[in-house]
Formats: sequence, C-alpha cells, structure tokens
Amino acid sequence: MIHFLVHGAKDNVAVAVTDVKKGNAGVCMNIETRGTFEVTSIMAIPLGHKIALADLKVNDTVFKYDNDIGRVVSPIKKGEHVHVHNVKTKRW
Amino acid sequence: MNTFKFYGYRRENGRVGVRNHVLILPLDDISNAACEAVAGNIKGTLVVPHAYGRLQFGEDLDLYFRTIIGAGKNPNVAAVVVIGIEPGWTQKLVDGIAETGKPVSGFAIERNGDLKTIEMASRKAMEYVQWATELQRTECTSDELYVSIKCGESDTTSGLASNPTVGNAVTKLVKMGATVSFGETSEITGAEHVVRERGATKEIGEGFYRMWNEYNDFINANKTDDLSDSQPTKGNIIGGLTTIEEKAFGNIQKIGKEVKYVGVLKPAEAPGGKGLWFMDTSSAAAEAVTLWMASGAVIHLFPTGQGNVIGNPITPVIKLSANPITCKTMSEHIDLDVSAILQGEMTLDQAGDALLKVIQRTASGRNTAAEALGHREFIITKLYRSA
Repeated sequence: MIHFLVHGAKDNVAVAVTDVKKGNAGVCMNIETRGTFEVTSIMAIPLGHKIALADLKVNDTVFKYDNDIGRVVSPIKKGEHVHVHNVKTKRW
Repeated sequence: MNTFKFYGYRRENGRVGVRNHVLILPLDDISNAACEAVAGNIKGTLVVPHAYGRLQFGEDLDLYFRTIIGAGKNPNVAAVVVIGIEPGWTQKLVDGIAETGKPVSGFAIERNGDLKTIEMASRKAMEYVQWATELQRTECTSDELYVSIKCGESDTTSGLASNPTVGNAVTKLVKMGATVSFGETSEITGAEHVVRERGATKEIGEGFYRMWNEYNDFINANKTDDLSDSQPTKGNIIGGLTTIEEKAFGNIQKIGKEVKYVGVLKPAEAPGGKGLWFMDTSSAAAEAVTLWMASGAVIHLFPTGQGNVIGNPITPVIKLSANPITCKTMSEHIDLDVSAILQGEMTLDQAGDALLKVIQRTASGRNTAAEALGHREFIITKLYRSA
C-alpha cells in the first residue's frame, strides 16, 4: 500500500493518495525513480493533500515537481499538513 | 500505439468530424427564441443559444465572429441554419460557414417577425436533417483528428496521474500525425518558463511568452486580491492544491515531456497544420472548450480531480479522473478511471493507451458521459463591454 507520492528528488512535500491518519508511518514513493521511503504523519492528511518531508521555516520555498510552488508563511514541522494555512503563492 | 482507424464523417472540405449535427445558430441574443422554436419543430437539430452578438466592436467583435462562424465550420456539424435579427451580419455568418462547402442558409427576423422566420427556417432545417441523416460514417485515421486538451476542478491527483495520462496520449497522437491544442494561459503562471522552452523554435516560445505576459498584466491590472479562491478555485483547494504555481506544474503534465508546440493561436483561431499548438484561452472550462470547438477541434480531453461536469454541444468532451473518491461518487461523469495509477497498479503507458481507445470509440460514435447527461455548455468568451 502506497500512502504518499512524491514528484521530484528536490521536493520537500509529498501527496497523500489515501486518507492518512495522525501518527501513521506511511510509505512514500517517488513516481520517477519508484524508490520508497517512510514518512510519519503528525496530523491527519486527507487524500490529495500534502505532507511536509522536512522542517520548513517562514519564507522557505516549497518544492514540488522539483520546482518552486510557493513560500512558507508559518513554520511547518516534518509530517505536518501543508496547505493554504501555511503556504502562499509568490505570484499575484 | 500505431495510427488507429475510426468511423467518422468526411466533410466537403476534406476535414473529418465525429458527430453529424444540424446546427440552428443564433446570430445574436435576441434570435435565441426563434432558433429554439425551430429546434423544437424539427427533431434531430441542435440549437446553441448564447448571450451575445449585439454592439460588440474591435477585437471583441472579431473574436465573436471567429467563435460563431467557427462553430458552424466545425467538422462535427453537417449543415447550419442561421437566424439573426437583421440580414447583414446574418449573411456574414452564412458566407463564413459556406467556405467549408457545407449546406448553410440564413434567415433575418426584421420585416418577417418571429413566426414567419420560424416557418421558413424550420422548412430549411427539415430539409437539412433529412439530408444529413443519410450521410454515412466512413473509415478515417487518427492523423485526421484535431483534439483539444484542458483540465478542470483539478486537484493533486490531476498532476500525479490524469494529466500525465493525457500527456502520454498527446505524445502518441502527435507522433501519429494528429493535431492537438492546449492553452489556459493564466493557469501556466509559475511554469511559464518551462512552456516558453517547449516552443519548436525560439520565436514560437517567445510568441507564447508574449501572450502569457499580456494575460498576466491584465490580471494584475484588474485583481483586488491574490486571486485566492478564483485561481486556484475553491474546488482545487478542497482537493489539496495550494498555489497557482502548484496548479500550473500539474496542468502542463498534459503536454507530456517530449512534444514541442509548433505555433501559437489567438482564441478560437484554427491551427494551420498538424502537431501541438498553444491557444490563448482563459482557464474557465466552458469558455475554453467553446474556443477550441470554434477552432475546429472535434474531440476534447478533460482530466478532472474533484469532478468538473462540463460538456459541449458540438464537440464531445471525454473525462478522465485519477481521484478514487470522484470516480466512485461521480461515476456517471467519468469516461475513464485512471485512479489505479496512484497505487502503482496501472502505468502511464497503459493509461495513455486506454485513453486512446476511448478516443477511438468516441470518434466512431459512442456518446461520452457529458453527451448522455445533456451537458451542452456553449459559452462565448467576451473581452470587454459592448458599445
């Protein structure tokens, strides 16, 4: 069972492909290399939502697809839910 | 996958359609009532009511004519009855559509009134339906298809699986010699540098970049906030997409990893040849699909995450999703379920081939989910206020 998918080697977030409960040690797979590693959710992550793969501080860049997808606006711990409450666009 | 065969309608100008509509086309908003009456009288016709066509001017008027005339010219249309309030622009539509060689007639309401117009137009529509229903599908090949692509109500599963599935199928279609068009100018924001590099030449890439910059300037001039809830939409955010940049990188998975675009098109402009083309469009589903239909696309591929339900009256819209919840709760809207990719139980190559099979069946006549459900969104893009 795969719990999270990650797009690129540089990415610091992964996407839940099933509803993941708090405290779950989930399997995370890189979709290019198909290599897997484990990541533990410290809060519930709904299907389609992102989990932090590293501790992130304010103004850090969030990487997905090996590319910049926005900036951190409040501190994020590894295993936390990453979304509109802690990340914003650098555009508009 | 090699070039595939299907059964389509080869039109007078050699173009291939996959549907055989007799279209009742209003010139303007006030001719909708007469057109709808004709469609009520004559079974087997298709009417496309819309909100515009009066006192438009400049570039907005050019786009309006390109859209309405393009709808009539689309190879999915066998014949057209145009009704307008006055004879001048009614004839302009007739002349534009007649370039294809297909049967087309126009009727003006002034000096006749609705009732006389409806009778005359109904008699012509009946003649066209009886002619068109005798046309036979003939063997055609996939290189004769023009397919457009756009996603909607995307979520993170779109970028992981359903958009890459389209990218896989698009790569194969272009190799077969088909024509494909992508767009959604504002939704490329964050990944515009990647798309700029994918032009077949530097000039073509710069042509895209100019269009993207113009759209971005327009958004910056009119925005009242950071577009939160508009781009990404509320639905995107529920599905886990956080920023426009994230949405953009998901979006561009639809063009695959290899194919370069050979030109850039104005909204509703017909591609000048085969291969992949960029079209300047908004990212609103019904507006964008209508623009591609007007440019001659005969099939549209629509990957969705949260479950956009869009259809188009003239061009069949094929929907695919990789979100297992959407595929389960909204199954009547989904033509192809690729959610198995998320668990590694289906490869992108298998998913791309499955999508090509759905394209082949749809092109030969199988109705899409949106067609069966009666989704006929015909939405004209308007650039600014009328005079």
